[in-house]
Amino acid sequence: MSTSTQPPVGTWRNPLRAVGSWWDGVVDGYARQPLPVKALVVAVAIALAYALPLLRPPILTTNSIDFGGVMFRVAAFALIALGLNIVIGYAGLLDLGYVGFYAVGAYTTAVLTVYHGSWPFFLALPVAVVVTMISGVLLGAPTLRVRGDYLAIVTLGFGEIIRITVKNVGWLGSSAGIKDIPHPNNIGPDPVLPYDKGGLFAIPRLEWNGFTPSLDHDHATRFLIFGALDAVPYYWLILTALILVVIGDRLIKNSRVGRAWEATREDEDAAELMGVPTFKYKLMAFALGAAIGGLSGSFYASGQGGYISPDSFPLLLSMLFVAAVIVGGSGNRWGAIAGGAIVAYLPERFRDFADYRLLVFGLALTVLAVWRPEGLLPPRRARRAKQAEAEIEALEDGELEETTHG
Amino acid sequence: MHLDALFGSFDNFLSYTTGGLVFGAIYALVALGYTMVYGVLQLINFAHSEVFMFGTFGMAWTFYFLHGSEPVTWSLGRAAPMLLASLVVAMAVSAGIALLLERVAYRPLINKNAPKLIALISAIGASFALAEAMGLRDRFASWVGLDDDLANYVSPEKARDVYSNPVTIQPHNLFDVGGYSITDVDLVVVLAAILMMVALDQFVRRTRFGRGIRATAQDPESAALMGVNSTRVVQMTFLIGGLMAGVAATLYMMKIGSTRQNAGFILGVKAFTAAVMGGIGNLRGALLGGLILGVMENWGSAVFGPNWKDVTAFVLLVLILLVRPSGLLGEALGKARA
Repeated sequence: MSTSTQPPVGTWRNPLRAVGSWWDGVVDGYARQPLPVKALVVAVAIALAYALPLLRPPILTTNSIDFGGVMFRVAAFALIALGLNIVIGYAGLLDLGYVGFYAVGAYTTAVLTVYHGSWPFFLALPVAVVVTMISGVLLGAPTLRVRGDYLAIVTLGFGEIIRITVKNVGWLGSSAGIKDIPHPNNIGPDPVLPYDKGGLFAIPRLEWNGFTPSLDHDHATRFLIFGALDAVPYYWLILTALILVVIGDRLIKNSRVGRAWEATREDEDAAELMGVPTFKYKLMAFALGAAIGGLSGSFYASGQGGYISPDSFPLLLSMLFVAAVIVGGSGNRWGAIAGGAIVAYLPERFRDFADYRLLVFGLALTVLAVWRPEGLLPPRRARRAKQAEAEIEALEDGELEETTHG
Repeated sequence: MHLDALFGSFDNFLSYTTGGLVFGAIYALVALGYTMVYGVLQLINFAHSEVFMFGTFGMAWTFYFLHGSEPVTWSLGRAAPMLLASLVVAMAVSAGIALLLERVAYRPLINKNAPKLIALISAIGASFALAEAMGLRDRFASWVGLDDDLANYVSPEKARDVYSNPVTIQPHNLFDVGGYSITDVDLVVVLAAILMMVALDQFVRRTRFGRGIRATAQDPESAALMGVNSTRVVQMTFLIGGLMAGVAATLYMMKIGSTRQNAGFILGVKAFTAAVMGGIGNLRGALLGGLILGVMENWGSAVFGPNWKDVTAFVLLVLILLVRPSGLLGEALGKARA
């Protein structure tokens, strides 16, 4: 099908496409920079990410709901999207029950720290990750032999099974859920209320009056007190985990394992013929993805609220996770992070629309999918392929014109 | 475990089985929508559950329109004329939504030759939007200032709550199988479902359109070269799925009597499970999968308790896929012979 009848990219006739190609230009511009510049950009971005809940930039900040809490949710979603990106983006396995792993991580933490034990959070965290990884292997071992689309429904079932099980098993708190999950241990002196708020030092946050900022010492964040009032320390904790996972993700993607995933995704039979044990690598992707989901779930359980129940893990959440990965650009870790952030952030930001937010979210998802089928930040490989296709098409069109003229 | 509950007496066993068959028939009809779209496009039409949900509302709206809001209890015979009218409306509403879905959420992506996964996302988005639009129908009505006139249809104070048919259809026992009385409603549900399935099966096998659908399912490119209008075939597929969902919606409302804006979701998941179980893309598989799923989950709820009904359904699915990775009857919309 030729695209030559459509208006050229970037004209006023198609503003959406113009925005899209401008954005591609920005990404390309970044990719062309030398390494030090890139490192600088990344460092600034990380610093900004840490400072964001304290800077509270106008427009971006949510008015009706605590911004720190929203940022925690955003980071938790980004972490999940990163994990799911390994499963969907790298290994090409459609997992519609990812919320199951999120729940396993959260419940393991809750059971160990309060319900059947009194472990400190930082001890329960690695155990939760390992348990989730094992659950990933247990689910994956029988089901990964099933072909792609069937895997989707099997995992969907898994997510439901986990939710129904915790709802009906008294040992796991039934439908009432588990409350009073302890927060992570404080770093620095503990608060002695009512006067000493504890912590090593306090960081004030900005207060914006229109577009003029001022320091707000009344709502200072204590470093590093995990209390019930301030969500910012939780955000920092999960953001740190996110950065560590990104580094790990980068290492593994560029390794032999990452190449094996890519080969398996593109053509499983060919990969198998070339001696790649595809099943082993698929299982590995599944388990790794599960572990990261469990990590995020563990943070969620011991988060500010300290409460989980079966209703915290509805099947719809799985759909949101998948949407996050695909919207961001399946196969690109930055895309996944951006997608996770968007999917978590938009409904919170538009809470003012209250009843309409899910409707708007649904429409936005459809519009995004139709507008940019390859996601906001497609992996470089996909973009190169698209570029090459466009070039070939341009060449063919050129030839056609020549022959008609000549 | 309460094996006694199920196997203690043959009567119990029969009654759970027949009860399951009734729901299985409804699952099967909804499963057709998934299976048809998957057979032709290899896409999971996630928003099909919303097509069904709109059908249930179409059915209830017809009763409000023809009868009014006064709650009454009628026998099946007394309600039959209105049921037929509501069947037509529900089929029209569902088919309309299905066609809208195809036009807005699928066709642009198919034209762009987009990856399969993105169509799933587009469908998930459309599913959210449709369910929410139904839940917010009171707001839309008040925007255009019709909330008073349409009060019965939008039910202002509870647009998100359960929406009941004003006419309760009182089932009458026809005969007993085991301890379970087969009612006229049950019989109509199962017979109507099977009738629709047979009609569709014959349509796909014998008509010109059916041949086009099968050709496209087998090899879209060759079919297009042979003069099959693939856009029309895709449209037709969605239309058929929508019509079947409309029938399922009417039968569901006959049996249950009420619906709500998120009624489609779980039923959709079950129906999709049924489609996969029977072999997705396979029409007869959808019927078989639906009936088996309905029966098995009823057995499961007898043995393990009603809370574990859904778990039984999914565990069963996993087990079947492990033994037969492409479903009970295999996946073959394209391979069906004329």
